[in-house]
Amino acid sequence: MKYAHLIWGNLLRKKLRTSLTLLSILVAFILFGLLCAIKQALVGAVGLAGADRLIVRHKVSIIQLLPENYQARMLRLPGVELAVHQTWFGGIYQDPRNFFMQCPVVPVEYMAMFPEFILPPEQLQAWLATRTGAIVGRNTAQRFGWKIGDKIPIMSPIWGRRTWEFDLVGIFDGRDKGTDTTAMFFRYDYFDEVRQTQNFGKGLVGWYTIRVKDPARAAEVARLVDQEFENSPAETKTEPEGAFVQAWANQIGNIALIVAGILGAVFFTILLVTGSTMSQAVRERIGELGVLKAIGFSNGQVLGLVLAESCLLSLLGGGLGLGLAWLFIARGDPTGGLLPLFYFRGQDLFTGAGLAVALGLATGAFPALQATRLRVADALRRM
Amino acid sequence: MSNEPEHRGPLVQVAGVTKMFHRGSEDIPVLSELSLEVARGEFLALMGPSGSGKSTLLNLIGGLDRPTQGTVAIAGDRIDALSDRQLAAWRARHVGFVFQLYNLIPVLTAERNVELPLLLTHLTKAQRRSHVATALAIVGLSHRADHYPRTLSGGEQQRVGIARGIVTDPTLLLCDEPTGDLDRKAGDEILNLLQGLNREQGKTIVMVTHDPHASARASRTVYLNKGQLSTEPEA
Repeated sequence: MKYAHLIWGNLLRKKLRTSLTLLSILVAFILFGLLCAIKQALVGAVGLAGADRLIVRHKVSIIQLLPENYQARMLRLPGVELAVHQTWFGGIYQDPRNFFMQCPVVPVEYMAMFPEFILPPEQLQAWLATRTGAIVGRNTAQRFGWKIGDKIPIMSPIWGRRTWEFDLVGIFDGRDKGTDTTAMFFRYDYFDEVRQTQNFGKGLVGWYTIRVKDPARAAEVARLVDQEFENSPAETKTEPEGAFVQAWANQIGNIALIVAGILGAVFFTILLVTGSTMSQAVRERIGELGVLKAIGFSNGQVLGLVLAESCLLSLLGGGLGLGLAWLFIARGDPTGGLLPLFYFRGQDLFTGAGLAVALGLATGAFPALQATRLRVADALRRM
Repeated sequence: MSNEPEHRGPLVQVAGVTKMFHRGSEDIPVLSELSLEVARGEFLALMGPSGSGKSTLLNLIGGLDRPTQGTVAIAGDRIDALSDRQLAAWRARHVGFVFQLYNLIPVLTAERNVELPLLLTHLTKAQRRSHVATALAIVGLSHRADHYPRTLSGGEQQRVGIARGIVTDPTLLLCDEPTGDLDRKAGDEILNLLQGLNREQGKTIVMVTHDPHASARASRTVYLNKGQLSTEPEA
């Protein structure tokens, strides 16, 4: 571009001012990247929830358990294709800060329910052949440096206040980038057998996931399930998986609104800072803009030069900020397990780039219009 | 490359021009019913006291401003009737400006300053470089091409300004007090340069000055006083 040296030269005219403005844009875009990743970690699972899956939990609270025989009754209901149960194990590996979810499940039916968990067939066979076998997601395996064949001791404060020992027989991956691979699953028959000896929770499970035959009839099936267990000691509440995940996220608050609010405030401030810098930069060289016009630059060309300068500043700061945020986020969940889906989505990166262009255009628009309205003869007197 | 249009008759024709400035509700006349012709290849000096309207007249001839009344034609083209966009394009093709304070862009080197008007043409980078080198050679500054304005003397900066003014080979070179900010020696060098451009390359030059020493280099001098032209200075 033949005007590049002019735009670049103008940007470097006041190096300190440009650097400070660049730094403030950079910080805003780092914040943008981090907040996008946090939002994704908190509500990203909502988008990944299966449209054909429903969650059935105790009507009072999810910590209330449901009878194991509900599974067979649900499978008899019209529209239900598959039903599996999970139970919160709440174990601790070495230190309570090493949080990750563990659940006892029935292997074959569970893997059929969640095809987003990819487990090699030979590892599934090993799991079926090993009563104390457990599988773990890639994320947690990498986090603790576990490999197949390891013995994993997990202390459960809920189920017997004892250490359970599992044989790691498989490591599963996620089908999609956003799939949570932090959980550990082990065999329900082993779990049920051991807890029988403790005389606690026998025949009870945490919650059910059911798959409906026709997602369009999911609401009707949910109603049928709840009617089935109406007036029983353990009434149910059935809702789509997405709504269930959303309800979890909403315990913190409306994440999207909080993130939008913070980013709105940050970018409004940056808009003022950068807009003021650009206005000042243009005011300082009104005479020079007059010279450009005198030698034949049209209003449109002058407008383009000023906008190109503000966009370059914004893209530089935004690009660096997004790059640094990406580098930080690529290191993974900074909380050690509380944000398993902490990653930078491609579409957030594109949104950030778009935001940088929009910021450049918005901050350059007013001074650029001022520059085009200059009368050449007046501007030349201010050289 | 030449931008000289096919036209017979005076190159500059200012006819019955009045220029008013507005201050609040008050109209201030600067030029009144003024007419002027400048022949092709002429070196005209325009003299007059401060506030007499010299620069205003130069701005009208250069298409930087529009008359309140009257017409301005350059090489037969009515520039007062052009739109802003057309006028900008016309200036790029036909006029070179030399300013009293040089008006160089401080963040660009001498050669980049000279190149500026060529950015508005369709010339390739190599062609632009060639034109810039020629213009800098004409003003004797080839060896200072990569210097920034702040490292050049006043005289050198003005020579860069002249190189920028002539690099597109314009029809008309308009100089507003080109020696007004220079000492006598540097001023003489600039006047020699302008005189050479006029005599050897046939450039038509209109120069505003209040310095009789400078106007003596011109082929004709006209005086402007209270918005009117005369061939004699006011007594």
